[in-house]
This record gives sequence, C-alpha cells and structure tokens, in this order.
Amino acid sequence: MIAESGHYALVLALALALIQSIVPLIGARLNDAALMNVARSTALAQLLFVGASFTALVTLHVASDFSVANVYENSHSMKPLIYKITGVWGNHEGSMLLWVSILALFGGLVALFGNNLPLSLRAHVLAVQAWVASAFYLFILVTSNPFLRIANPPLEGRDLNPVLQDIGLAVHPPMLYLGYVGFSISFSFAIAALMEGRIDAAWARWVRPWTLMAWIFLTLGIAMGSYWAYYELGWGGWWFWDPVENASLMPWLAGTALLHSALVMEKRNALKVWTILLSILTFSLSLLGTFLVRSGVLTSVHAFASDPTRGVFILLILCVFIGGSLSLYAARASSLKQGGLFAPISREGALVLNNLFLTTACATVLVGTLYPLALEVLTGEKISVGAPFFNLTFGPLFVPLLIAVPFGPLLAWKRGDILGAAQRLIAAGIGALLVLALVWAWTRGGSALAAPAIALAVFVILGSVSDLVERAGLFRVPFGTAMRRARGLPRSAWGTSLAHAGLGVALIGIVCETTWNSEYIGTMKPDDVAKVAGYELKLDGLFQRQGPNFREMIAEFAVSRDGDKVSVMTPSKRSFTTRGSSTTEAALLTSGASQLYVSLGDVTAEGAIAVRIYHKPLVLLIWWGPVLMALGGVLSLSDRRLRVGAPKPARAQQRLQPAE
Amino acid sequence: MTLWFVFALMTVAAIFAVLWPLGRGNRAANQSLEGQGSETVVYKDQLAEVERDLAAGLIAGPEAEAARIEIGRRLLAAAGVEQASAGQSNVKWRRVAAVLALVGLPLVAIGVYGRLGSPQLHDFPLAERSRAPNMAQSLENLVTQVEQHLEKNPTDGRGWNVLAPVLERLGRYDDAVRAYRNVLTYGGENAERHSDLGEALSAAAGGVVTAEAKSEFERAVALNADEPKANYFLGLAAEQDGRKDDAAKIWRALLAKAPADAPWRPLVQTSLTRVGGGTVAPALSDETLAAAKDMNEGDRSAMVRGMVERLATRLKQNGDDVEGWLRLVRAYLVMGERDKAKAALTDARQAVANDADRLRQLNEGLKTMGLDG
Repeated sequence: MIAESGHYALVLALALALIQSIVPLIGARLNDAALMNVARSTALAQLLFVGASFTALVTLHVASDFSVANVYENSHSMKPLIYKITGVWGNHEGSMLLWVSILALFGGLVALFGNNLPLSLRAHVLAVQAWVASAFYLFILVTSNPFLRIANPPLEGRDLNPVLQDIGLAVHPPMLYLGYVGFSISFSFAIAALMEGRIDAAWARWVRPWTLMAWIFLTLGIAMGSYWAYYELGWGGWWFWDPVENASLMPWLAGTALLHSALVMEKRNALKVWTILLSILTFSLSLLGTFLVRSGVLTSVHAFASDPTRGVFILLILCVFIGGSLSLYAARASSLKQGGLFAPISREGALVLNNLFLTTACATVLVGTLYPLALEVLTGEKISVGAPFFNLTFGPLFVPLLIAVPFGPLLAWKRGDILGAAQRLIAAGIGALLVLALVWAWTRGGSALAAPAIALAVFVILGSVSDLVERAGLFRVPFGTAMRRARGLPRSAWGTSLAHAGLGVALIGIVCETTWNSEYIGTMKPDDVAKVAGYELKLDGLFQRQGPNFREMIAEFAVSRDGDKVSVMTPSKRSFTTRGSSTTEAALLTSGASQLYVSLGDVTAEGAIAVRIYHKPLVLLIWWGPVLMALGGVLSLSDRRLRVGAPKPARAQQRLQPAE
Repeated sequence: MTLWFVFALMTVAAIFAVLWPLGRGNRAANQSLEGQGSETVVYKDQLAEVERDLAAGLIAGPEAEAARIEIGRRLLAAAGVEQASAGQSNVKWRRVAAVLALVGLPLVAIGVYGRLGSPQLHDFPLAERSRAPNMAQSLENLVTQVEQHLEKNPTDGRGWNVLAPVLERLGRYDDAVRAYRNVLTYGGENAERHSDLGEALSAAAGGVVTAEAKSEFERAVALNADEPKANYFLGLAAEQDGRKDDAAKIWRALLAKAPADAPWRPLVQTSLTRVGGGTVAPALSDETLAAAKDMNEGDRSAMVRGMVERLATRLKQNGDDVEGWLRLVRAYLVMGERDKAKAALTDARQAVANDADRLRQLNEGLKTMGLDG
C-alpha cells in the first residue's frame, strides 16, 4: 500500500502542478485575487504530496521492499541503514524524485513566505515553477518511474553501486540539487517579470537572497563532490574537468555572476535586464547539467543508467524551457524600464567587470564541454578536451578577475576613485610581493608560475582584510573605537570579505597541491618501506576483514617521520559480492592542511601489493576555500536588513569612506 | 479496499487545495490583496534603513542625503502606478477553475495512475518476507539466506560446512573455495576438509589440479593416508603432469585399500584404465609388496595372509564385488594355493550367479589368469 500510495501521490502532484500552471495566470490576467491565490494553496499541496511520495520511497528502501523494481535494483537487505536511505537518490529514478521534491520545497517556501510579494508577481512566479514541475513530473512518471512493481518479488536486491556506498552520497547530491533547483526561483522570477513587463524593487529584494541560498548550496555541493572524488576514486585527483563536473561548474559561474549583478540591482536598481538574462542562463545551465548527467550522453560515475527515451525527453524539456525563455526575453526585454546610471569606474562598474569575466569563463567551459559531444555527433570522431584546454583558457581569464577582486569592495557606488582604492591596497600589494620573494627563495622545483599565483592569492586575501580594516578604521581611530565599528559593520560586509578571502585560500591550495605534490607508486611486500616527502611508510601486513555487505583487504602501514612513529594508516580494498565489484578506500593522514594519501592497487602473484602514496601539501585549502565562501554567503544571507547602496554625491565635500 | 479509500482521501485533499482559495469570497481575497507587499512598501523600508545607517554612523550625511533623494524619486514613481490597480473578481472563471479541480484533477490522476500503477500488488517488505514460511523456496533462495546468515556470523564453521558443497554443486566454485577455507579456519582441519577444498580449487581451475590444490591434497594425505579423495586427485595430478605410471600406482593402491562397496570405485577404475593400468591390479599392489620387502619372510607372508583373509571374510559377507573375487583368486594363485583359488572361484560364481553382467565380468577376468574351469 505504501508503494502505490507514493505513486498516486506523485500523480496527484502532477495534476496539481497542471492546475497551478494555468489558473493563476488566468487570475493575473483578470486581476482576480481568488484565482491568483490558487497558486499558493496548490504549491503547498504539491509540496505535501511530493513529500509524501518521497517519504514513501524512503520507507520502501528502508524496509527492503523488493516488490518495487527501483528498490530491487539498487538496494540490498544487508546494506547499512544509512546507505539504504541515501541509496534512494543513488540511482536515476530516485534522484529525479529528489530533484522534484526540492523543486516543490522551493515552491512551497515562496508560497509560505511570499506574503510581502505583490500578488500578481507571486502568481506568475508560482505558475512558472509549476511549468517546470509539470515537465519533470511527467518525465519521472513516463520514463523513470521509481514506483514500478515486480509481481514476483525476488528475495534479495542487487545492491547499490559500491562507489556510492559512502557518507558522501548523503551530502553531495542533496546539496547540489538544492543549488541547481534553487536557481529555478530566480528563473521563475525572471520569467514572471518578463511576462508582467515590469521589474520592481520587491523583485530585486526577493531574487538576491534566493540566488545567494542556491549559490551557497551549490558551492558546498561542488566542494563536497570534489573531496569525495578525491578520497574515494583512489588516485588523489580532486578535479578532472570531467563533463559532469563542468556541468556543475557552469551554473556556479553563471550563478556567481548573477549573485553580483543581483546585488547591483537590489542596491542601485541598475543592471535589471542583464540580471534577468543571467537568471535565465543560470537555470538553463542547471537544466543542461541535468540533461548531460541524466540522459546518458556521458558515461561517468554519475550516469547510473542510460536510456535513449530519457535523453530525448530531457532534451525536449531543455529546448522548450531554454528556447522559450530566451525568446520571451528577446521579445520583452526592451520593454523593461532601464535602471540607474553609473560611471565606468564605480562599484557597479567593478561588478560588471566581474560579470564579464565570469560569463566568459563560463562560456569557455561550455565550449570545452559541448564541443567534443558535437564533434562526435557530427563526425563520429571522439576527442577529449582535458585539463590543458581549460588551463589555457580558464586560467588566464581568472587571473585578471582575481586581481580585480580586492578593488571592487573598495570602490564607491555610482562613481568611484580607482587611485584611492589602489592606495588603500598598497599594504596588500606589499604583502603579496613579500610572499612572492619568500616563495621564490624557499622552494625548489615546480612551475615558475607557482610563486606569482601564490602571491596573487595572498593579494586577494589581504585585499579583503584591508577592506574590513578600512571600514573599521583600524590604525586611524583608537583601537577600541575600531573594534566597536568592526562589530557594527553589516554582516554582509563580513560575508563579502570572507567569500573573497575564500577564493584566495582555495587558490593557494590548488597551486601548492599541483606544484609540490610528491608521490610513490610501486609494489610493496610486507616489511617494505616507502619514503615520501620525509615520511617513512612501512607495510606491516595485509589482513582480511568481513564488513556488513562486503569483504575488505586492509593493509596496515606504520607511518614515521625522522624515526618518530606518527600514526598507523589502514587503506583497504573492499569487494562487494552482490555487484561483484570492488572499491578502494584511501587512508588519509592530515597534518595541518596537508595530507598523506595512501591507496591500494591489486595484489600481485608474489603476494606484493601495488600502492599509491601521495603527499599533498596544503591540499585541504582547496576545500576550506569554498567552505569559507559558503560561510560568507551565510553571513550575508543572515543580514536581514534592506540593501541600499548609498551613492557617492557628484561633488564630494569631503573624503568619505565607501558606504555599505 | 483500504488502498482505494486512501486514494479517495488524497484526491479529496488535492481538490480541496484548489477550491479553498476560490471559496474564500471576494472580501477576504481583496483584503489579502491590500495586505500584499508592494513597491512603495519596499521603498519606505529603504528610507527607514538609510536613517538607521546614518544614526549608526555607517554612512555619512551627504551620502545619506543622496540616497534619500534617489529612493524618494523611485517612491513617487511607484506610487503613481499602484493607484491604478484594484482587485476584481470574475465569477465565470472561478467556476471554470472549480470544475477543473472537481472533474479534471481526478480524471488526470486516475487516467495516469490507471496506466502506470499496479494497485493489485501488495507491499512485500523484508520483515514480512522472512515471516512467510510456506513460500516455495528455491535452492538459490535458501543459499541466499544461508549466505546472509554467514555474512553476519562469519565464524560459524558448521554453517560454512553446510553451504560449501551446495555452492560447489551450483557451479559457484570460487565461492565454494572461500566457503571451504572458512570451514577449515573456523571448523578445524581434517583430511576430508582439505580434500574438499582441493577438489573445489580444481573445479574452479576447470578440472586442473593446480599446485595450490595439490598442496591441499598432500596436506590431507599427511593427516590421513587413506583419504580416498585426496589419493584420487593426487593420482590425477600425476596424470596431468604426464607421470602416468605414478598415477597408476597411486590409483592401484587406492583400489587395493578401498572397501568393496565404495561408490567411487568405478571412477578410479576408469581412470586407471585411461592411464594404461587397465589390467586389474593384483590383490597386493606393488607398493604393498615393496613395503613388505624389508620384512623377513615370515612376517611378510603373515602380512599377506592377513590381508587375504580379510578380503575373503568380506567377500563372504558381500559377494557382489567381482573385482574383489578376482583379486582373491589371484592372490591364492600367487601364494601357490591352487585349491583355495578354485574354491574361491566356485564361491564367486555362486555369489554372482543371479547377475548375468557380473558373471560375464568374472569369467572375462578369469581368462587372464590361466586357471581352467
């Protein structure tokens, strides 16, 4: 009964979404409050039914009900409880159900907290949400139904892909989906604005926090995915420019641009049309990501199952939504009222520059991702566009962007003073040069670009610190006053600094990891010793152990440094009987931000084992950076104040600090 | 029936969600329209914000003034637009929406669910499954259950002992090897278990007695020299190594020691024929005789006699064993006791008289011995 009720709830959600996508629009056209309010109650009811449907699927997985095909194919009665739950979205059908559940959640949130929105705007937004939702409900029910049954249920399931049996699955997909789907809100707002033909201040007030929230989740989701790949796939890489990774990076880049342009729009009522375009593009890229991953066009860990009908269906959704929204934009954008004006050198100008770099970077990633696919379709030739392409295009675009980052927050709204900003960044610049000299003096080997890159990262970090110092007036006013002013600074200012500093932190990690990474790859017999980066690893022996649904072979390494025993590392290889496949569980030893990484290969006939040992200096900074960025986002989000960008008067009577 | 009741309740809830705002009447709806946020509200809030920032010293006077002017300008523009709009109600379209909810929604729901759903199937969670005892359980399901039990209790040697032969019969040789290893680890070792493991290893290698398998058989023989399976496979190993004579020797010894009714006799016999030791082995194999060489004459003949006596006694109890009779007859001939040989022959004929096949086999065997009639 649970299975069928869940199925029926999903069907009801589809029916409700269909009503929600038509009735409120009629109401808005007729200016009838009751008809427009239908959007609100149906959005909440939709959330209720999708939630019930999702809960039903979770219950079925937990109860190991193999009469449901989805559970049979992806679960096993011996699987630990946590993986029974996460396994719900560790497969195509379940992950799509999670996708629509999150979509319904966002729709429900708009319905619930949208009281301060103009009624017709809310009706339009929810109707657009319902279009997206209807399309995906249909997609799920027709091509990827998780509630299909098996008349004669088998006794045991086929188990979840072992690579996915990890705590990462509990975090990475829901985070990523919260990000992807969160951008649907700004998309719906953009389409609503285009349909209504006007954008008002309430629009901007709403879009920025939603975008920020989606961006926070997407940032964490990508970082988590990268860390998961790093420790689970067993070769210590954290980013492969894999098309699926690019599929998540593109909405992130566009979303970051959107975040900044929405800021201009909220505070200064400018860049309206551009913000709308970015909203559309960001969500379109999210949909493109879904298409690339879910259609089976790409084969990777993420493509659980490929089925041509699914691909065609998603492609159809993609064309309708992207094509439709861009046509609407082309038709209506000119009718939107243009916003405020600003000088080229101003906070707005800096944010436009940021937008230009981010969108260009996004475009290069798009080309690098889609070009091989297009080439394969047209000529049948298979090429792979890998790291060299992206390093050559993406890298040079990010360098000027990073140089510009510290300047942005120091410029005043409307018209800024570039020289003044440069003066205030002198300390940061000197710090960066010092670091450059130190790095050059102290390190040996590696790329000549490493030291300048680190100096750039330090410049970004110090630059964001000097922004805070300037605002608090540290060194100019007495210390106590400065502290009080620092506490009184808007949380969004702290958020900006943290997020920008996070960028620099991540860059340091990336540069150090790629430049001074040392490794040992070879076969070891018990009592052999490997030396990596000053550490000595002695293989004590190999053991077998029985896990809940796997057997594992554990290698025990005694790690010592300069003769002192540091720790014991136990990487393992797990083999899963049901799927007949195995995973490597790398062992990590963290000291500071650096890590020692050991993963196992195969056992040779002589009883030796292939071992990969890496020492990765400051590797953790790669993920601390995004965490800092997300933290900055949370701080900024928690700032409940309205945003007013006080413009700098045309004739300044006195030298003023830039205002928040 | 309960299922349809639940469906009906859910459908009613969904319809209610659509009808509720429609039925709230104009007054309530228009009230809510007025309560909505609008542009002017946002701008008024922004003005208040500027004042607060100014008071907190976050922005300076001239900037605050500039901001106030800008916001004021927008506020005036927005207020002008908002005057124009006021809520209306449209009874005709509300009716259409209500009909859509009352008729369209259930139609869509039943239509889609009817095509995709399987309402006749019940849930079948794990807990219920293990409680269903009279369900026809196939061998594989039983194996799965035992395997699950053993995944949880990997040290249950008896369990592995039950599972291992079944796995081998199912053709899952690698799993059988693992199971037999576990039997040895957790159930203690004996000759039979080593032989079983060796056999599974050979089966996994496609019938080849690998070095690994051979060492298991050798271990088994070390524990019990008479372990028949181990001896058979050691012979096979010799044969596969091309040492046919060794193979024949091992097998002959095996047959000599074998009980007459051992089910594997024909197999060994056939193998022996294959390596060219086809003629039936003498009662006392070369090995036994070789072992006896070191003894003095008396001991040796005592040993031989003892063995022949045992054979004779056994054949009296169970006369079906043609090979045994032939061996006995030959033994008497070798010892030069022709009379006894003839007597044994008579006994043999009597014992197998009822079986034409065996009788023919006996006569065939006798022809090679040159013992007339």
